[in-house]
Amino acid sequence: MLAVKEIKFSTEALKKVDEIIARYPESRQKSALLPLLHLAQAEFGWCSTEVMDYVASLLNINPIEVYEVASFYTMYHLKPSGKYVLEVCRTGPCCLVGAEKIINILENKLGVKEGEVTPDGLFSFKGVECLAACGYGPVLQIGPEYTFYENLTEESVDELLTQLRNKN
Amino acid sequence: MATLYIDNRPYDVKEGKNLLETCLTLGFDLPYFCWHPAMGSVGACRQCAIKIFKDENDTAGRLVMSCMEPVGKETRISLDHPDAEKFRKSVIEWLMTNHPHDCAVCDEGGSCHLQDMTVMTGHNYRRFEFPKRTYVNQYLGPLINHEMNRCIQCYRCVRFYKDYAGGKDLDVYAAHNHVYFGREKDGILESEFSGNLAEICPTGVFTDKTLKQHYSRKWDFTFAPSVCQHCSLGCNIIAGERYGELRQITSRYNGDVNGYFICDRGRFGYEAANSVDRIYQPALKEENVSLNQEYIINDIAALLSTSNCVGIGSPRASLESNFALQQLVGNGNYYSGWSDEEHRLNKAALNILQNRTAEIVSLKQIEQYDSILILGEDLTNTAPMAALTVRQAVRKKPVENAQQNINLATWHDAALREYIQQRHSDLFILHPHSTKLDEIATQVSYSTPHEIAAKGFTIAAAIDATADQVIDQIATSLLNAQKPLIITGTSLFNEPLLAAAEAIVKALKKRGKQPGIFITQADCNSMGLAMMNVPPLSSAFSKLSDSTLIILETDLYRNLSTEKADEIMNLPKRIIVFDHIKSTTSEKADIKVPVGMFSEADGTIVNNEGRAQRFFQVFVPKNEWLKESWRWLSLLKALKDGKAIDENLSISNIQSTLVEALPQFRGIEDAALSEDFRLNGQKVPRAPHRYSGRTAMLSNENVSEPKPPQDIDSPMSFTMEGYRGIPPSSVTPFFWSPGWNSVQSINKFQIEIGGPLHDGNPGVRLVNSNSSITPIDFEQKTEKISLKEFEWQLVPVYHIFGSEELSAKAPAIAELTPKPYLGLNQYSLAKLNLQENDMATIEHHGRAYQLPVRLRAEINNEVALILFGLPQTAFFVKPVIIKIRPASNGITNNNSKHE
Repeated sequence: MLAVKEIKFSTEALKKVDEIIARYPESRQKSALLPLLHLAQAEFGWCSTEVMDYVASLLNINPIEVYEVASFYTMYHLKPSGKYVLEVCRTGPCCLVGAEKIINILENKLGVKEGEVTPDGLFSFKGVECLAACGYGPVLQIGPEYTFYENLTEESVDELLTQLRNKN
Repeated sequence: MATLYIDNRPYDVKEGKNLLETCLTLGFDLPYFCWHPAMGSVGACRQCAIKIFKDENDTAGRLVMSCMEPVGKETRISLDHPDAEKFRKSVIEWLMTNHPHDCAVCDEGGSCHLQDMTVMTGHNYRRFEFPKRTYVNQYLGPLINHEMNRCIQCYRCVRFYKDYAGGKDLDVYAAHNHVYFGREKDGILESEFSGNLAEICPTGVFTDKTLKQHYSRKWDFTFAPSVCQHCSLGCNIIAGERYGELRQITSRYNGDVNGYFICDRGRFGYEAANSVDRIYQPALKEENVSLNQEYIINDIAALLSTSNCVGIGSPRASLESNFALQQLVGNGNYYSGWSDEEHRLNKAALNILQNRTAEIVSLKQIEQYDSILILGEDLTNTAPMAALTVRQAVRKKPVENAQQNINLATWHDAALREYIQQRHSDLFILHPHSTKLDEIATQVSYSTPHEIAAKGFTIAAAIDATADQVIDQIATSLLNAQKPLIITGTSLFNEPLLAAAEAIVKALKKRGKQPGIFITQADCNSMGLAMMNVPPLSSAFSKLSDSTLIILETDLYRNLSTEKADEIMNLPKRIIVFDHIKSTTSEKADIKVPVGMFSEADGTIVNNEGRAQRFFQVFVPKNEWLKESWRWLSLLKALKDGKAIDENLSISNIQSTLVEALPQFRGIEDAALSEDFRLNGQKVPRAPHRYSGRTAMLSNENVSEPKPPQDIDSPMSFTMEGYRGIPPSSVTPFFWSPGWNSVQSINKFQIEIGGPLHDGNPGVRLVNSNSSITPIDFEQKTEKISLKEFEWQLVPVYHIFGSEELSAKAPAIAELTPKPYLGLNQYSLAKLNLQENDMATIEHHGRAYQLPVRLRAEINNEVALILFGLPQTAFFVKPVIIKIRPASNGITNNNSKHE
């Protein structure tokens, strides 16, 4: 079990929070929700309920309003994630050229299911909505730089995983 | 007017409405999901696609969503163009891919909009052969059941719950094919209007959980048009029975009163009719045994002829029952069940309406007013549907602005909400404590009832001032409004508040405005009782000694202090109570006679705006005692007078005597069609034509089917036999039309969508000018009440669940009733050296009561709040000054009578 640590932004992050909120008109602070969630995800690794509640308190909105938004966008991780989150496009065109097969391959190679983290803490994967690269499917992307990996095959997935493992 | 060509046939239609509602008004069947007549269009479901053509030479046309397209001067469309039909069919096929095959076990089955639309569109074969997506459901409390697998993502639920009703705890999550509608986690839905989700949802995601415990299909119910009995607004409802038990309440559209919706108290309070506290058998106090009907009635009749009789009427009994009692005991011996305060308050309410200084505003008309002042009324808890209409009213000005500035139609819901954001027209709330409507108010202020009244008079003076410059913000807003509205009520038991409201409308009138007035009262027939013009209880004292006292459907211990009620109960020789539910009063009576509740009775009640509305018996109970009080009382009168008993006495008979004796009620006969009305020589059936099990239901008792009960009071039959078309509005037992099995069939019953029902909305406004009743003087005292050390002013706080006597007996409502508490602010808590949840002792009339304290930071230093109407707070019947001290150890709780 992970130790329960207090959810609170660092002083630098808090400064950034103020900067972001200041971008929007008075009483429209809810508009800062998306950038704050990105910031929170970078800081805390993933958007747990506690993290989302914390963001809600920063913006003075109801937690449910944060859940609504965070659950809509797949770039926010609502479950603990590995160092590398392989986001596989699972929308129609990619599925037609084997996105589901790629997901199966990942499952087998990593030994975890969607939303789980490999024991070494390196990998997790999730299905996401259209990545706007339909001509090069199947595709996956890896944050935080969001590098694209296109025309995936079993071999290229293998190679990608080895590369990433070797980096660490 | 504009011309709309539908498949080349011209129709004269209104300009500016959308094509979907126009086509539905014209009687065409066009499938839809996300559009709702009360909530407008968002164009989300794509189900209502039609073809639109540029001109008569255009043969290709283009597909549009009919709900998003306005009717122009000359519009040409096609509903059954093959392209449109194909599109609609593909949309429903796609919506149905994940929808489970569970109609047979789904509560919505048989009254399901999705079923109707699927059949209408002609989608009858499922090609999708993959696993369906499934969800985990949530626990949403005792009222609403959640079954997300059935969802078709039309977004109607969140649009109603959040946008229309102002709820905060239901939302939509995620995207793609895992969209989820629910709360952030399991928990009771917080909105007072959550029950409407069962009607709003086009399929079975949200269903009535209380119905689930005694489920019946819509076609198996026996229905009757009825009127809600749980507050003074008189929302129209449909009550449904099966197997001799009231099982469901749904809203009954009335374009003048409640529109499409009802509140949760009205929808779920019905289970009081099946509660363990019902009185089913008569009882004599001495022996407490059930007795033979004839014997009891003759016994009572004999009692009545030998002693002087006094009658106490009730604001929750029908006009007919109150009148029958008045007839039985004689005019001078009949009293309202009210205390002096309540009597004066309700008379004052009637008086303001009769003065006709202001427009008497109906519930639905509230939506037309653009600056509203609420004087001392927590609408969400005392008259919930009025709170819902106020929520729509504050959008009036911004919606008009959107029309003017960017030519946005009123039905363009999503665009309107985007444009309007948080803007709202003026709403001012003056109340002792915070209320749920505060969030949409321009200005709120919390003070004592007397200070609110004083503020009201200040506003009136500011409006009245001839000076051009009015400094008061509220006065300015009311003066600048096109239609200013004052809402007040009797719930704070404060007469000066009503006088202040009267003063404000008078001042507005003087300045050339047309103000509206809306006054809420405590009970479903408070206005009717006020109109009867009978003296309050206190006047009865001199006549009570050695009398026979008849108490009609009321609990004196709710209206009077325990001491006063005891005093009344001790004076008469005999006390006879006619009631359908047990109360402190009924249990102390010498003779207790059971009578029918609204579902087992016919009667007329008058709502807060003076509208007489008829409720009809839903079914004939097996228990022969459960008849209308007026039937028993009329029978007793015949026996007492030694006249022949009229076995066929109908409600029209008693109404004509009533109107003759009390001409102020002229018009109640027109609140519904009389019993001899026939359509094509036929009665209107209470049961749908597919009603099943009629012969089987009673076969355990008798294999040959008994003769169905006859209804001598209405033009409706208790069976499925009768006229097959759309009945007149006052005797519409349920909404159904071929191909439209769900509640959406209301479309077929209206002259135009969202407009009045065919042949008009039922109900008759009785309060007219030139009334013979003499106006009473208002008590205009608004001086500050002086409090001694450790004294507070006890002010009632209401809760939608629990504060009303009858609905509180329904198990689901009881579950949601809050625990009693004493609300104090920080200053008061500190003064008493109390923490939240500590026990405080209240001293009142020499008795001591203990209650836990709760911090209500917003209230005044002089105010202590108490939850009204619970058994534990029954000692509180009017605003009083109380002494509070911390409950110290060793002092026993004197509040034993409630334990």
